Amino acid sequence: MVHFSPEEKAAITSLWGKVNVEEAGGEALGRLLVVYPWTQRFFDNFGNLSSASAILGNPKVKAHGKKVLTSFGEAIKNMDNLKGTFAKLSELHCDKLHVDPENFRLLGNVLVIILASHFGKEFTPSVQAAWQKLMAGVATALAHKYH
Amino acid sequence: MVLSAADRAAVRALWKKLGSNVGIYATEALERTFASFPTTKTYFPHFDLSPGSAQVKAHGKKVADALTTAVGHLDDLPGALSALSDLHAHELRVDPVNFKFLGHCLLVTLARHYPGDFGPAMHASLDKFLSHVISALASSYG
Repeated sequence: MVHFSPEEKAAITSLWGKVNVEEAGGEALGRLLVVYPWTQRFFDNFGNLSSASAILGNPKVKAHGKKVLTSFGEAIKNMDNLKGTFAKLSELHCDKLHVDPENFRLLGNVLVIILASHFGKEFTPSVQAAWQKLMAGVATALAHKYH
Repeated sequence: MVLSAADRAAVRALWKKLGSNVGIYATEALERTFASFPTTKTYFPHFDLSPGSAQVKAHGKKVADALTTAVGHLDDLPGALSALSDLHAHELRVDPVNFKFLGHCLLVTLARHYPGDFGPAMHASLDKFLSHVISALASSYG
């Protein structure tokens, strides 16, 4: 089980309070689809994904990105029990969605990069480290129920 | 994944903009790598890794110079980086998984300092460039 120190929790929650979940979610998912185009395999029914601007302007991408990031919000409220928090979602991603857990790591890294670009100076190495730990914890929790 | 003409142009343009600051950013990327991926520190037991370390700064400059060489040889990365690949494979014996950690932290550093330039297309081009550098660095292994 991942353990977060009080400082790590503070680094995460203080930044999270300032994140526009709708915008950041859309941007994170959009960038995932642009930078790692093979991830588009999960979104055949999303319509136009033919260019970076099409992807980032795509309303389905934005909506789904918001959904994903809202779920991150749950993780942040439950940092001491990520596996429990994501048990059902883990089953879903394995049994119904058939998503390779490597994609969770990719999305986590894209999100860290977005946080860096939004928060600049505030996104110090130690703040980044706390977030990387959270991303790794979420990715592991989401992969936990795979079989 | 090939580096298209657009990817090359984007990387070259950004590098020009970074100018003489590449060393500073490579150093910051190293600091971020040590903080976020502590296992990477196992390769530097002989270094002072505290903030502001002169050794880390010197190493950042070496990494920066290698990356600048890479940017200057986008048509032949394996050739340009073959000596460095030999070094990392046979002398330093660094597990290649670590190249990805540094690559990621370089992207984080650039996004932090140049948010306006770090749109999705630039992000994609840089990510591809670093993947190619990592591939070239890993080419002497095994």
